[in-house]
Amino acid sequence: MAADAGALEAGPPIRRARLRLSGFLWRHPWLKALGLLSPPLAAFLILYIGSLAVLLISSFWTANAFTAAIEHTWTLANYRLIFSTAQPYLHIAGLTLEMAAAVTLTDAILAFPLAFFMARLAGRRTTAMLFVMVLLPLWSSYLVRIYAWQTILAHDGAINWALNGLGLPDQNLAYTNTAMWIVFSYVWLPFMVLPVYAALERIPDSYIEASEDLGARGSRTFRSVILPLALPGLVAGSIFTFALTLGDYITPLLVGGTSSTLIGNVVYENVASNTPLAAAFATIPLLIMGVYLLIARRLGAFEAL
Amino acid sequence: MRRIRRRQAATAVVAAAIVAAFAVPAAAVKAAGSGLPTKIGKGEGSLNVIEWPYYTYKSFAKPFEQQTGCIIHRKDAGSSNEMFTLMHANGGGGGGQYDLVSASGDASLRLIYARDVQPVNIKLIPSWKNFLPAFKSPPHNTVKGVHYGVSVQWGPNTLIYNTKKVKPAPKNWSLIYSKKYKGKITVPNNPIQIADAALYLMQTKKSLGIKDPYELTQAQLTAATQLLIKQKPLLKRYWNYATDEITSFKNGDVWLGAGWPYQTLQLEAAKQPMKEIVPLPTTGWADTWMLAAKAPHPNCAYKWMRYVTTPKVEAMQALVFGETPVNPLACPIMNKMQKGSCVAYHLNEPASYYNKIKFWKTPVATCGWKPGNGCMDYNAWQQAWTKITG
Repeated sequence: MAADAGALEAGPPIRRARLRLSGFLWRHPWLKALGLLSPPLAAFLILYIGSLAVLLISSFWTANAFTAAIEHTWTLANYRLIFSTAQPYLHIAGLTLEMAAAVTLTDAILAFPLAFFMARLAGRRTTAMLFVMVLLPLWSSYLVRIYAWQTILAHDGAINWALNGLGLPDQNLAYTNTAMWIVFSYVWLPFMVLPVYAALERIPDSYIEASEDLGARGSRTFRSVILPLALPGLVAGSIFTFALTLGDYITPLLVGGTSSTLIGNVVYENVASNTPLAAAFATIPLLIMGVYLLIARRLGAFEAL
Repeated sequence: MRRIRRRQAATAVVAAAIVAAFAVPAAAVKAAGSGLPTKIGKGEGSLNVIEWPYYTYKSFAKPFEQQTGCIIHRKDAGSSNEMFTLMHANGGGGGGQYDLVSASGDASLRLIYARDVQPVNIKLIPSWKNFLPAFKSPPHNTVKGVHYGVSVQWGPNTLIYNTKKVKPAPKNWSLIYSKKYKGKITVPNNPIQIADAALYLMQTKKSLGIKDPYELTQAQLTAATQLLIKQKPLLKRYWNYATDEITSFKNGDVWLGAGWPYQTLQLEAAKQPMKEIVPLPTTGWADTWMLAAKAPHPNCAYKWMRYVTTPKVEAMQALVFGETPVNPLACPIMNKMQKGSCVAYHLNEPASYYNKIKFWKTPVATCGWKPGNGCMDYNAWQQAWTKITG
C-alpha cells in the first residue's frame, strides 16, 4: 500500500481517480458489498421474482380465443374455471398432489436404508462406489431414462418377461398411473438419497454410544436418536421429490395412461393459446409448495440442505 | 492493487449491462407491409424453418441449398401446439428468428388470426395453378381470398390395426368406439380429435345436426365430448408423438388406433403386421408452408415455397414422409420412383374423394353456417379436451 500512496500523487489523473475511488470504497465497505451483490440481486429480482409476478398478474387477464392475444382486463374468470367442480382442473390438481405425495413417500422409504448403509455402515470405498451408482443415472438425459422405462414397462418388456419366467401372468403396467409412479420414483430417487445421507452422516457416533450406554436397544436408538436427527434430511429430500413431481409434464406424456394428465400437462397445452389460464393453473403448485416449504422449515429441513 | 482494479472493472461492466438492459425499450412490433412482393429477390443465404421432422429432408433440401445458397436451419416440432408456441414466442411472428412453418390445419388459422404469419403472393409460386382444386385456397390457409402460405402435402387420418389381432379387418371408425378391443386402442392426444368424434356423430346421430365437424355449437361439442369420455375406458393411451404410437404398436400394447400413413409406413418397414384403412368419410390433415410475419429471410422463404411445390420435389417428399402431394403433376414421377405409389397415395382420385376428407381447421367462434358467434372456439375445444383426458 505504501507504493500505492506514492502513486496517488504521481500517477496520471485517470489512475489517481481510480485510486481515490478504491480508497472511498475501502472506507465504505457497505458500498462495496452493494456493488458486488447488486448484479446477482438484480438478476434474482428481475428474472426470478419478476417473472413470477408477471405470471401472477397475467393469470387475472384473459386471452382472446381468436387471436390468442392477451386482453388486459382484470377478471377472476380463470380462477373461477379452475375451482369449478364441473371442470376437470381440481381433479387434475388432486391427482398431481397424490402422485407427488406417493413418489415422495416411496423415495423416502427406498432412500433411507441406502443412505443409512452409505453413511454409517459401509467402508469408505463402498460408500464412494455407491455414490457413483446413485449419481450415475443423472449422467444420462432424463428423457433417455424415461424412454428406457417405456420399454421396461411395455407389454413385451423386461418386467413381463421376468414375470413370465417365474410362471406369473402378464401385468398391464405400460401407460398407467402405476407406471408413472414407478418412473417418477426412479428418476427423483438421487435427490432424496443425497440429503438423507448428509443428515445421517452428521450424527455423531457419541450420541449412539450414549444411547446404548443408557440401555436403549437398537430399535429404541433408531426411533429416539437416529430418526429425529435424520428427519431434516428426509424433509429436505422430500422438497425436491415433491416439487419435481409437481411440475413435471414429460413423464405423464411418455409413460402415463388415459387419466394421467397432471398440472404440468395442462399448463403446457394452454401456454400458447390461453396463457392466462395456464398462468392461473401454474399458481396452484406455487401455493402448494409455499405451504410445503413453511412446514418443512418448521421441521428444520433447511439446516440439512 | 491490480486485483482491486479488475474487480472494479468487472463491477462496472455488469452495472453497465444492467443499465443497458433497462434502457432498451420493448421492441416495437412492426406490422407487415401491405404491399406483397412482386418478385423474388436475391437469397439471404439462410432459411430458418419450424418443421415437421423430415419436411426439409436432405434428399431434396441439399439440391435447394446448392442452387439458391439458402442454408436451411431446422427446428423440429412434435405437435401443432408446439409449432404455434414456437411461432408465437418472443413477440410472435416467428420472433424475427423463423421464416417458415409447416403448419397443419389445426394450427394454421390460429397463426393467421394471431398475426404470426403474413400474406403470400401466390403468383410467385408457379406450381400453384396446377394444384388439386381442394388445396389451392383451402379455408385453413386462405382467409377472404388472402393466402398466408402455400399448401404442400396432405394425408388422411387412418385407422391402423394389427392384422394378427384384429380380425376381421375393420371397415370403418366404429371399432374405436366399441368394446371389442377394449384396452388395446389408441387415439391422438390432440383437441382436434374431437372433430373425429363429431364426424362419427354426423353419421350415427343425425338429430344433432352437425354440419361441419370443426364448427360445433355448444350442444354438439358436449355430445362429441361425451362420446369421447365414453371412449376413454376403451383406450390404452392417448399418443403424443408419432414415434410413441409406433412404439405402442410394436410392443403389443396397442392393436388398433387412429394415426397417419407415416406410422403405418414405419411399422411396415420394420416388418410389423400392421395395416391401415382409410374409412370414408374421415378427417385429414393438410400442411401449409406459412411465411412468418417477421421473417428475416423472405426471399429464401419464397424460393423454398416455389421449390418444394414443384412436381419432382412433391413426389420426393411424399415418399419420404408417406403423404400425398398437392400437385398432381407429381403422379408420374412418384410412379417412376416407386411403382404404383400414385394410386396408393390417392393422388389420382376424383374431386368427390377429397370432399369426403374433412381437413383439419382451427375451430373459431364465427363459423360459416351459424350466424353470429354461434360456434365453440379453440379454447373451448382445449378445455373440453382437458375434461376428457383429465
